[in-house]
Amino acid sequence: MAAKDIKPAVETVTVKVDGRPVEVPRMTPNWEGKPEPTTVLQACKQVGIEIPHYCYHPKLPVSGNCRMCLVHVAMPGRPGPDGKAPMNDDGSPKVFPMQLPYEPQTPRGVIGCATPLVPGMEIYASSPETKEMREAIMESLLINHPLDCSICDQAGECKLQEYSYDHGQAKSEFEEFKVHKPKAVNLGPRITLDAERCILCTRCIRFTKDIVGDDALGIVNRGSYNTISTYPGESFNNNYTLNTVDICPVGALTSNDFRFQMRVWFLKETKSICTDCGSGCNVLIGSRENKMYRYEPRQNDAVNGHWMCDSGRLNYKWIGREDRLNTIKSPKGAIPWPMVLKEISEHLGSVERGSVAIVASARQTNEELYLLNHLAKHLGATTDSVPRRGKADHLMIVEDRNTNTTGAQLTGITTKRVGSKLSSIAKSIRDGKVKTLIVFGEDVTKYGIDSNLLNNVTLIVSDILPNETTKLADYLLPGCAHAEKRGTFTNVKGRVQKFMKALEPPGDALPEWEVLHELVHNVTGLDGFKSIEGLFNHMAGEVKSFKEAELTWAGLGDLGADVKL
Amino acid sequence: MSFKVTKTIDREANRLVKNYPEKRSASLMVLHAIQEEFGYISKEAEVWAAEKLGLKPINIHELVTFYPMLREHDPGKTVVRVCRTLSCALAGSHKLHGHICDKLGLDKNGHGLQRTRDGKFGVEFAECLASCGTGPVMMCNDDFYEAVSNEASEEILKKYDA
Repeated sequence: MAAKDIKPAVETVTVKVDGRPVEVPRMTPNWEGKPEPTTVLQACKQVGIEIPHYCYHPKLPVSGNCRMCLVHVAMPGRPGPDGKAPMNDDGSPKVFPMQLPYEPQTPRGVIGCATPLVPGMEIYASSPETKEMREAIMESLLINHPLDCSICDQAGECKLQEYSYDHGQAKSEFEEFKVHKPKAVNLGPRITLDAERCILCTRCIRFTKDIVGDDALGIVNRGSYNTISTYPGESFNNNYTLNTVDICPVGALTSNDFRFQMRVWFLKETKSICTDCGSGCNVLIGSRENKMYRYEPRQNDAVNGHWMCDSGRLNYKWIGREDRLNTIKSPKGAIPWPMVLKEISEHLGSVERGSVAIVASARQTNEELYLLNHLAKHLGATTDSVPRRGKADHLMIVEDRNTNTTGAQLTGITTKRVGSKLSSIAKSIRDGKVKTLIVFGEDVTKYGIDSNLLNNVTLIVSDILPNETTKLADYLLPGCAHAEKRGTFTNVKGRVQKFMKALEPPGDALPEWEVLHELVHNVTGLDGFKSIEGLFNHMAGEVKSFKEAELTWAGLGDLGADVKL
Repeated sequence: MSFKVTKTIDREANRLVKNYPEKRSASLMVLHAIQEEFGYISKEAEVWAAEKLGLKPINIHELVTFYPMLREHDPGKTVVRVCRTLSCALAGSHKLHGHICDKLGLDKNGHGLQRTRDGKFGVEFAECLASCGTGPVMMCNDDFYEAVSNEASEEILKKYDA
């Protein structure tokens, strides 16, 4: 191994946490990823001890204002005139618990989020002194809090609630009247503020200023009248505002979309991927009784960090639409899956080579696209997909609004120039060369293959929502939204990520990969797997860049894996 | 006086901004200059100041709402400030304040500055005006009055009632 390949040993610091000596790296990445001296809070976290905190967030600048992370610490003594540090009788370095200078009997805390480690310091993360500090902080944070958990959306995922239970007291010494502040303020079109619940941690202010670059929020008024606010008359309306709801540790900022819809403890959380653009932000789907209630960003530092855009987050209502395709259509009417698949298989088994064209969607999964391409190769079919472009922004949204263009390219369904073959497919239909058209998840009438042409072919369509193409289909196979099946997408940077099933599909709808698996098996004889795991692992052995990256379903984990583009 | 960008205020703001390595540091000085010139800091003034300082209006609004000395609204032509710190309070400044409010038809228990309907007077309590030996003291705009009796206050107010 060359010398430059050897990583320099990580410089460490040894401190004691609750009497246990621990060794942690001297430097830890800060919110921007730049190394900074490890803090007390980070050190405790690294050894598995959670210091309660509100204003600290690993991806935001440290502000140190909530004081919840106060801990009692002891510092090693400074060297005396003889140049020697004070020692205990047994020869170990002497440490001095911090105390108020004018009141030596009172222990003094430090805020864990902004106190760098000193070698040899002792952190009393769960001592009675620390506990008392936390109780005091909790009590003062709750002075003007309305304690309206029973009607608060945050209940169940509220740090104020959790810490009150863990670190607070049942009783408050506060006997005066609470200050009343504005309630149900429309901070922006998607956010409602309850200023009384706010603990003024400034996470939302720092997020919008330092992450989004839209310095829209501030604290107005003074003392106990402090209130989060936009400039009077202005609206908090960038495309990332809903992230402030996620990072708000209390119920002050709530999402207008999710507000009063569902208690969070009833929600089933499913790991998924946002399908709104090619970024592939990791999300959690919150659903209950087969209804989806929200997306939340799921941390993946290689893709989206902690965040996601509002437009992607709110683009889920189509999944539960009333007009979802939920019945099979065939020339013989609504027949069951085995019959329709048998008929289509027989049809595809008997067609002339080169007389089939396939238009797949770059919003389908890698597995589905792989199966379609496998079928295409067997039938000598021309394949392509449909490009979808929008405006990129400075944070997460990319120009490519298809979820899986990269996957469509890697599996061979389309080329670098997505949609470039659509016109030749249209021409082949016009010329009578193509007699069967397979369309997955796109309305081809919008892309130059109009209804006159579609009437001239045997049209096999799979889709989720009705459109002009599905109306004309000879065979209509109702498909699934990503939330209703499992699979993988490849994002614009070549990260293959899997998503899980949160909901049952409506009516007859089946995951497309199951349908395609059967069809492809019948027509081409492809075999050797039964599950999505098996299909993925098979595909990973066939698609070049997946093979080079040695992908496996299990190996993808929750955060995905990169392939070379 | 409502805010407009005058040559004076523009020049003054530019001068103040230059005094600091960072524009933002001049925020309070610029706000003082605006208040000096116009009597208060209107929304338009906040927006203008923010632009001068390379900030967003919310940053200026935070300051203006934080400091009681910075006014968001027109305080009246003559601002009467009655000291309420210990020496003056012992010498009867609360009675003086109450008397002035009664005379001008203002709410003496109201929070913050109270302004007459005609806009001639604004009355408020102030902290120590630095003449503890001669309480109660008060100021009318920049004029200073010591050992003000209730009767004397009426005479003083007359001078400004123009």
